[in-house]
Amino acid sequence: MMYNTPVNAYQTEDRKDGTKRMEVTRTELFPGVHLTAVHTDKFKSAVLGLQFLLPLEEQTASCNALVPAVLRRGTEAHPDMEALSAALDELYGGALEPMVRKKGETQCVGFVGSFLDDAYTLEGEPLLERAAALLGELVLRPRTQNGRFTPEYLEGEKANLIDRIRAQVNDKRQYAQIRVVAEMCAGEPFGVDKLGSEESAAAITNDALWDCWQAMLNHAPVELYYCGSASGDRVQSALSSALADLPKGAVRTVPARPAGHAAPAEPKVVEEALDVTQGKLSMGFRTGCDAWSEDYPALTLVNAVYGGTTTSKLFMNVRERLSLCYYASSGLMKYKDVMLVASGVEFGKVEEAKREILAQLAACQKGEFSDEELEWARRSVVSTLRTTLDSQGRLEDYWLGQSAAGLSEDPEALAQRVERVSREQVTAAAQKLALDTVYFLKGKE
Amino acid sequence: MVRKEYPKVGETIAHAQLDNGLHIYVDQKPGFQKSYAFFATCYGGMDMKFYLDGTWRDTPAGVAHFLEHKMFDTEDGNALQILAANGASPNAFTSSAMTGYYFESTEKFYENLKVLLSFVSIPYFTQESVDKEQGIIGQEIRMVEDDPDNQVFYALMESLFDHHPIQVSIAGTQESISHITADTLYACHKAFYTPSNMVLTVAGDVDPERVVEIAREILPKDPGGRIERDYGGKETGTAASSGKELRMEVSTPIFQLGFKADPAENGPERLRLQLLGALACEALLGNSSPLYAKLYRLGLINKNFGYGVEYYPGCALLAAGGESRDPAAVREAVLDEAARIAREGVDESLFNRLKKGMYGARVQGLNSFENLCIELAQGHFAGFEFLSFPQAFESIQRRHVEEYLKAVVTPERCALAVVRPKEGA
Repeated sequence: MMYNTPVNAYQTEDRKDGTKRMEVTRTELFPGVHLTAVHTDKFKSAVLGLQFLLPLEEQTASCNALVPAVLRRGTEAHPDMEALSAALDELYGGALEPMVRKKGETQCVGFVGSFLDDAYTLEGEPLLERAAALLGELVLRPRTQNGRFTPEYLEGEKANLIDRIRAQVNDKRQYAQIRVVAEMCAGEPFGVDKLGSEESAAAITNDALWDCWQAMLNHAPVELYYCGSASGDRVQSALSSALADLPKGAVRTVPARPAGHAAPAEPKVVEEALDVTQGKLSMGFRTGCDAWSEDYPALTLVNAVYGGTTTSKLFMNVRERLSLCYYASSGLMKYKDVMLVASGVEFGKVEEAKREILAQLAACQKGEFSDEELEWARRSVVSTLRTTLDSQGRLEDYWLGQSAAGLSEDPEALAQRVERVSREQVTAAAQKLALDTVYFLKGKE
Repeated sequence: MVRKEYPKVGETIAHAQLDNGLHIYVDQKPGFQKSYAFFATCYGGMDMKFYLDGTWRDTPAGVAHFLEHKMFDTEDGNALQILAANGASPNAFTSSAMTGYYFESTEKFYENLKVLLSFVSIPYFTQESVDKEQGIIGQEIRMVEDDPDNQVFYALMESLFDHHPIQVSIAGTQESISHITADTLYACHKAFYTPSNMVLTVAGDVDPERVVEIAREILPKDPGGRIERDYGGKETGTAASSGKELRMEVSTPIFQLGFKADPAENGPERLRLQLLGALACEALLGNSSPLYAKLYRLGLINKNFGYGVEYYPGCALLAAGGESRDPAAVREAVLDEAARIAREGVDESLFNRLKKGMYGARVQGLNSFENLCIELAQGHFAGFEFLSFPQAFESIQRRHVEEYLKAVVTPERCALAVVRPKEGA
């Protein structure tokens, strides 16, 4: 049985000649299994993805994260990595990589692949059907032993997962961001890292992982994605036949929108000492606004005026004018009411840097930004949204976020909303920002 | 303007050379929102000693990178802000052999191109602004010093090469940059930022004639001379040392295993050697090689394992690295596998599918304007046409890969750099 009801279809006109169009369609292939297909011949490669959408939870995050890694080790037909790599080489340097992402409080796990678009293969041979079949095989038919995952694969990937969690400390800039989120959102699902914790990863058993995989197959909403030159019909039929064995009839519940939170009256302050020569100051703010909010476009402009670009207040003042930091920037968590400021600063200058970072925010809240600053910010946000259409990787990630959130606005439509935001709306969105947590990574005495 | 089609990869390049010697390459990309322009000089971190106005000059480590930061200063303010105000995302980088300035924009492309070409060709420094930059770059150097990937890379370079300046940190040190003055910057700009030592590459839905017109209008008329550089003479055919170990705040050991290769002269042969080296790397330890599967299975490497070949003027290397609990065991396994290939050869079917895989990956790489423009520029400086890679690729045979591995992957040419976790950490 096939459910081929397009729930919506829209397209982006690609300027002048009108010959190059990007058409996006969304179809429910089976109940709870959706396909977002972007039809375009702009690219040399085609992208194919399959993600399970799961609520982000402390107890299950590590287990979920481990599933695609173990599946990627071998299938019934391609029992080891060499066999899988050989199959991917035949797809002209194709890739099908395990992915774990966090979109708000939804954990998205699965695979994203890319392979040469049919137009550029040496003999003109079609690759989509073979790529889809390999994807289906990875998700549905792992190599097993005694009705469970191959123990060697489980143990190897479990060790890799633990290493990855431990290795988060290696990149100090990233580490400070992970830590400020964990401290600020402790007790909320958002405070859970996409890979979970070392302890929960270490506790995973073969039975637990098997159950976790079964739960995904039976209960998690599935987001399929394709971007390339193949027609919609061809993509649907390739994926439907690749996923014919996916359990049907089960209820697949989409995770809910994250709850909003207010900042505490006194910001939480956390310091940690590691052997580093440059300090990292990360600050977490509550925004009172997320992708579902009417005023989200205004918030994107607040972020850009404040710290999101090289014309922003943080860049111009904290870095350029005062030389307090090597970098100082802000970023939004689109699907959660959180904004983070990241900076790299000398240990002795941290208080001064913090004061200046907050002073610049206060300026935004008082509406103290010029028309020029606002326009620069707007050009940057709009341009970033439009160029999403030029990158297959960014486009896949954009649509996964939207699909996981149950939103359907495309980058161009959001860009047009950003164009219409007024100065007053920006100031109003800025006034909702409140400092929640300050994290400082300092050197050891 | 000459148009050249590359039908196999679906690209068309318009090429022109101006009277001042500058080469311009434009790849027309209808249907894309953004356009990308890359303006580069054949001058990088390793070009520290050169001949200008009748004398050999020795400059401190970090000048090319320092200059890159300061070029954004103009008499009217900062070019970064001017471009950003037009909605463009500008940036720049300095590598060992090249400094490149670029922007990506969805509107006002020609206006932005004018800004790019003028700020890069007109130097404007004051001693005051140079002094201030010491602080910003000082912070950047500290950040680099905390970055284990960076530290392990330079540790490998120091171990492999006898004297080639590739082993000197591109950003320099706090000490070396303290010797940089406005005069140093003016002299280096004069030497290397001349039209004949630069290249402009563009990708996007743009008019190539208009690009040429703007470059002709904005850039200096004088082509500038050829600049002699000194990299300390020919490198020996063996690694300078067997390796180096550092300790830093990391969770698992991070390593870079390298093999010194013989450098290539500029010209099409260099493209062939780069592709051959890359293919040899795939056959030896690439993602779908038997060795990779074995190392992964043994838990000696993980998904962070990366590898490649690099060719620079005067030096070259094949390197692989990542995280490993036992980097020395990886080194032994790689040497053993190279010895096995030398005895038994590369499996024919493996070779054929690696070739297919690598070809496809290169074609897919053309999706990125940034990658495309940088490759076009690098190819220009190295004397080859980047988009001719399908033909060069075709000419590579199995025995070439075997000969390459036999010559390069040997114990004498090998060095291992490791960053280990601090004791008691």
